[in-house]
Amino acid sequence: MSTPMAAAAQHASGDRDSAAPGALPLSIYDLTVAYHSKPVLWDVSLDVPPGKLVGIVGPNGAGKSTLFKAVMELVPRASGRVLVFGKPYRQNRRRVGYVPQRESVDWDFPVSALDVVTMGLYGKIGWCLPVTRKYRQAAMKALERVGIADLAHRQISHLSGGQQQRTFLARALVQDADLYLMDEPFAAVDAATERVIVDILQELKSAGKTLMVIHHDLQTVVDYFDYVVLLNMRVVAAGTTAETFTSENLQKTYGGKLTLLDQATEAMRRSEGSR
Amino acid sequence: MSPAGRLAAVLLLAMIFASRVSDPAVAADETRQASITDRSVQWPTAGQWRRLLLLEDYNTRVVLLGATMLGFAGGAVGSFALLRGRALMGDALSHAAVPGIGLVFLAVTMAGGDAKSFVLLLAGATCSSLLGLAVILFLRNATRIKEDAALGIVLSVFFGAGAAALGIAQQTTGHAAGLEGFIYGKTASMVASDALLIAGAGLTVTVLCLLLFKEFKLLCFDEGFAASRGYSILLLDIALMGLVVAVTIVGLQAVGAILMIAMLVVPACAARFWTERMGLMTLLSAIIGAASALVGAGMSALLPRLPSGAIIVLVASVAFVVSMLGAPARGILARAMRRRRLNAKVHRQHLLRAVYEWLESHGQAPRRGQHDESDQVPIAELLPMRSWSQGELRSYVARAESRGLLRTGPGNLLRLSPLGCEEAAANVHNHRMWELYLIHFADVAASRVDRDADAIEHVLDPTILAELESLVHEGAAARVVPTSPHPMPHAGET
Repeated sequence: MSTPMAAAAQHASGDRDSAAPGALPLSIYDLTVAYHSKPVLWDVSLDVPPGKLVGIVGPNGAGKSTLFKAVMELVPRASGRVLVFGKPYRQNRRRVGYVPQRESVDWDFPVSALDVVTMGLYGKIGWCLPVTRKYRQAAMKALERVGIADLAHRQISHLSGGQQQRTFLARALVQDADLYLMDEPFAAVDAATERVIVDILQELKSAGKTLMVIHHDLQTVVDYFDYVVLLNMRVVAAGTTAETFTSENLQKTYGGKLTLLDQATEAMRRSEGSR
Repeated sequence: MSPAGRLAAVLLLAMIFASRVSDPAVAADETRQASITDRSVQWPTAGQWRRLLLLEDYNTRVVLLGATMLGFAGGAVGSFALLRGRALMGDALSHAAVPGIGLVFLAVTMAGGDAKSFVLLLAGATCSSLLGLAVILFLRNATRIKEDAALGIVLSVFFGAGAAALGIAQQTTGHAAGLEGFIYGKTASMVASDALLIAGAGLTVTVLCLLLFKEFKLLCFDEGFAASRGYSILLLDIALMGLVVAVTIVGLQAVGAILMIAMLVVPACAARFWTERMGLMTLLSAIIGAASALVGAGMSALLPRLPSGAIIVLVASVAFVVSMLGAPARGILARAMRRRRLNAKVHRQHLLRAVYEWLESHGQAPRRGQHDESDQVPIAELLPMRSWSQGELRSYVARAESRGLLRTGPGNLLRLSPLGCEEAAANVHNHRMWELYLIHFADVAASRVDRDADAIEHVLDPTILAELESLVHEGAAARVVPTSPHPMPHAGET
């Protein structure tokens, strides 16, 4: 079932046991994830090169968010191995910044934009210790960077969708990570926010950071990303945008070529149900 | 078996309360603590009032302190439980504590120990409450039962078992009186050492809430992000539920198993109305909880036959109702008023625009900054311009007149005042700017624009208007009202 591109990606992973300082930002080997014994990701293997702006593209339910969650050990892995800069995630957690989907939280929560950004620093502050001024200033700087410092003390439900997304981005920026996982940062944002986010992504990239961005708008993929991963329960193709983002690969990702996989899934579910 | 006892064979709960009254031995040995089914309330004397208010009694002082500390801790923990969406968990856990009390009482009585030892009873309550928690988690994780159903099962089954255990305790030992205080709450039956224990537990819970404030805030707001940072969601949830259990257990005697949930939820909900900051919300919730418990326990000292839990909850619910209605930003009244004001503004602007457009189609469009009244407009001809009824139109006209925007004259005519001309022209100007913007920048068809523009123009703020000005106007004099980009739908009818 593996496509030439996915196979190439697998070959490229080469010798994988070296946890040298030059290790890849993210290496995934044979990752399978299932929710309620329904597989969401099957045998995903992926090597993400450093310093790239990587777009992750695929239809709804393709397992894009699950891929991020599996990398960060937020969902149990049925099988497979994930290395972040050559080590398991829990040993390199601080080098990873995460921007969850905006819809994943209740925006009526009684906190300000500054509070939310400060949450990115809780790990550094440590258990049971209060947020001191030093950390609030760092959070403020991140808000300035995304251009909404003037809204720092506004309760988050009084922010527009774009401003909420910028708040989440600032919370990831404040961690000063080396690998960023961003779950649909461009979803339902205004044009101004989109520009701000694109600028920041470019800035981070030129600072040598690696960025993985789940993206829905196929129109802008070529403009924004220099590397793409086409995902639909498995890696359909991965590589530079110029080589990988072809109509043939898109057809494979979005088209109806997954009947076999669907049947296997259905069969597994039935056997689970009959038990 | 006494008649009341036979009745109780059908209704176990009723038996616990009723059988004791019919038993003269018990009634005699505890004259102050008559059953709460005995509703003969004796109003307190002036002396009792004085003793309470001046805190003359050591026992009263300590009991009030214990209750207040309990209310404070309950309010604080409750704010987290509420924001975590686990408010009902507290209810299940308090109900699940009841069988522990009954069983410990039975066991200790049989072993010949002091069956009314507060600490032992609370230990039993804690064990069965934790067991209840374990069952909820098991049902939720190991089966496909949803959390609300799991809560319902544990709550009712454990409470049923508790009622049975208390009934058996009463039947077999004959001196289980006072245990029903754990169901409805009875601060009047607290002794100083119990109250001190409660106050100590409340203080401990409060301190832990303070220490874990930051972590709980993160847990409640964004558990996915918290987990990605390496926080164990399970551990944090266990810590939070542990605090809920602690407050619930020590609160059983003062508030009772049935009503303990109110101490967690009501102050927190009331506090949420007043603030958008979590720290302040937790503090307010704690204060509301403390004040309710203090007042409730005080009243209970004066009226020992009333269940103190009920009084505490009633006081807290007064705070809740006042908050819900009167809070400035989130309160119901404030919201209703804001909505009314916005509606009135929308209607006024629609009226002014209709008048302007009528005048415009008759070549008499008012200008901004003009010093005299506009030409007269027949009100009847405004009617087909929008979907308003005759009565509505009349009331909008009357309201605009009272604001000095227009003057009605004989023959069902109106004239805009200079102020009205100014506002109408400005309003139409903004509307058309927005329409142009939609057409040029948002790809909206000209025929659809009028409706879309309507929805948004009433809430435009000046900075957006300024931006529109510069985007759309391309240097033309900004105070000129642009002509409508679409044919005026009603011009032909006039």
